[in-house]
Amino acid sequence: MSNRAFALVVFAAAAGIIAASRLVTNDYYFSAAYTVLQFVILATAWNILGGYAGYVNFGSAAFFAVGAYSSVFLYRWVHAPLPVMIVTGTLVAGLLGFGVGYLTLRLRGVFFAIATLALAVVLFTCVVNWDYVGGSRGAYILQPKDLPFGLKRYIHVLFGAMVLMAGVALVVARTIETSAIGRGLAAIRDDELAAECAGVPTLRLKILAASVSGALMGMAGTTFPYYLSYVEPSAAFNLSYAVNSIAMPLIGGMMSWMGPLLGALLLGTVQQVVQVTVSSEWNLLIVGVLLVAFVTLAPNGIMGWVDKWKRRRK
Amino acid sequence: MTPLLRVTGVTKRFGGFTALDGVDLEVAPGERLGLIGPNGSGKSTLVNCIAGTLRNEAGRIELDGRDIGREPAFKRVHLGVSRSFQIPRPFASMSVIDNLRIPILYGVKAPVTLDAGRATDEAMRILDQVGLGEKAQAMSAGLTQVDMRKLELARAIAAKPRLLIADEAMAGLSASEVDDILALLFTLKERGVAVIMIEHVMRAVMKFSERIAVLVAGKKIADGDPQAVVAKPEVVSAYLGQ
Repeated sequence: MSNRAFALVVFAAAAGIIAASRLVTNDYYFSAAYTVLQFVILATAWNILGGYAGYVNFGSAAFFAVGAYSSVFLYRWVHAPLPVMIVTGTLVAGLLGFGVGYLTLRLRGVFFAIATLALAVVLFTCVVNWDYVGGSRGAYILQPKDLPFGLKRYIHVLFGAMVLMAGVALVVARTIETSAIGRGLAAIRDDELAAECAGVPTLRLKILAASVSGALMGMAGTTFPYYLSYVEPSAAFNLSYAVNSIAMPLIGGMMSWMGPLLGALLLGTVQQVVQVTVSSEWNLLIVGVLLVAFVTLAPNGIMGWVDKWKRRRK
Repeated sequence: MTPLLRVTGVTKRFGGFTALDGVDLEVAPGERLGLIGPNGSGKSTLVNCIAGTLRNEAGRIELDGRDIGREPAFKRVHLGVSRSFQIPRPFASMSVIDNLRIPILYGVKAPVTLDAGRATDEAMRILDQVGLGEKAQAMSAGLTQVDMRKLELARAIAAKPRLLIADEAMAGLSASEVDDILALLFTLKERGVAVIMIEHVMRAVMKFSERIAVLVAGKKIADGDPQAVVAKPEVVSAYLGQ
């Protein structure tokens, strides 16, 4: 399927999901779906650098928070409309990604992972001490009263935005994966030196991947302040974003765009179900158990299973 | 005529150890040069300096009279310098043919928009030449050592070099396989590709090279006609001891 056809399918599906959601009356489902979709974006975005290029980023929460706090800033500054917040947060997080891309010049493997984790800690400290966006007290964000398209509640707006953003993330990820860039990134993941010696401009591609990955993670965070109406640093920088955005591609499979999607839908939904049926404390435990199970039983994730099954049928 | 590659006074140190000590080397367009020397004499280090995977501390590396000593490795590939690795470094998650698509896509400067059909044809042609045609769809990680060496060479050729550096492409190959690879390298000459062959298989070096250079302990001790060079007493003593 060409990328354009894929984009058409994705956005048709998004429109279909949004239309179908008009039949749902219980607002809880919107809230739950919002969270799952947010993880779809985070996992898909993480996979662009982590899965395609093999650079493990432990700082997903930092990018997410940059998106969230740029929205807080715009809200306090000019009460900017939501689309402006989304675009701005995406760009700012992309800029941070650009910087992280330069880190790959000197840092590989576990050292790169530690550096990204440190980045999250540094940014957290900055935000805690920045009064304008609420500092450690946090900031209240009031959801707008007048809603577009005759929607009844603001969560419906946020849900619609999230569906569209998830669509964007999937289209971007697949476009990169199927292009020459995707091949170049795969070569970097397999052997960076050999890739460079085959003519692949490794630094340029890594910076591109880090920027796009960071931008999409930031995008996922831009609507977060409105979703909660109250943002505090420890919520925006929550470790669960970093853990989940790594665990979901691992469980789904890191070689293609479909892996993070499946992983996020599966893990995200299980977490939501457990949260209401058992207890919210169980969430990270479930991630852990599923991770151990998949690493031992299906090291290449769900998609790895599918590939193996396909090959056996041939 | 300006040489294709001119290396002057290249020095490379690793801490207190001098791996290359003021090495000079010239390669004419289309020339076949054999580079020999005992283990640890700096052959691979010289290759790394020419290909850009190591930076030399002193000296100049010129291609067509242009200083490329500060260019990153991938730019040197675009300019026409391609190398194979002594220890094979395949792209392990890809099939054999996909390994070749990388240099076919990225080996040239800008036009990455080569259509898929032509890239496949080109990759297959090169794979047939090195004798990997039947294994095109196999995963590269599952190849034997010998096949991995062939893949190394195929990948280096796929970047369309003007200067190909084959770093021990024939170690472990059988006599008939050595002949196959030699035949392939000879066809490159017809296309005007210069080749630097680093090799311990002396039969291959002597048959292939128009000229031989000898490195010992980071210094070039001989350079010239193959028969004359290997007859030199200092070359013999470096190889066999006194």
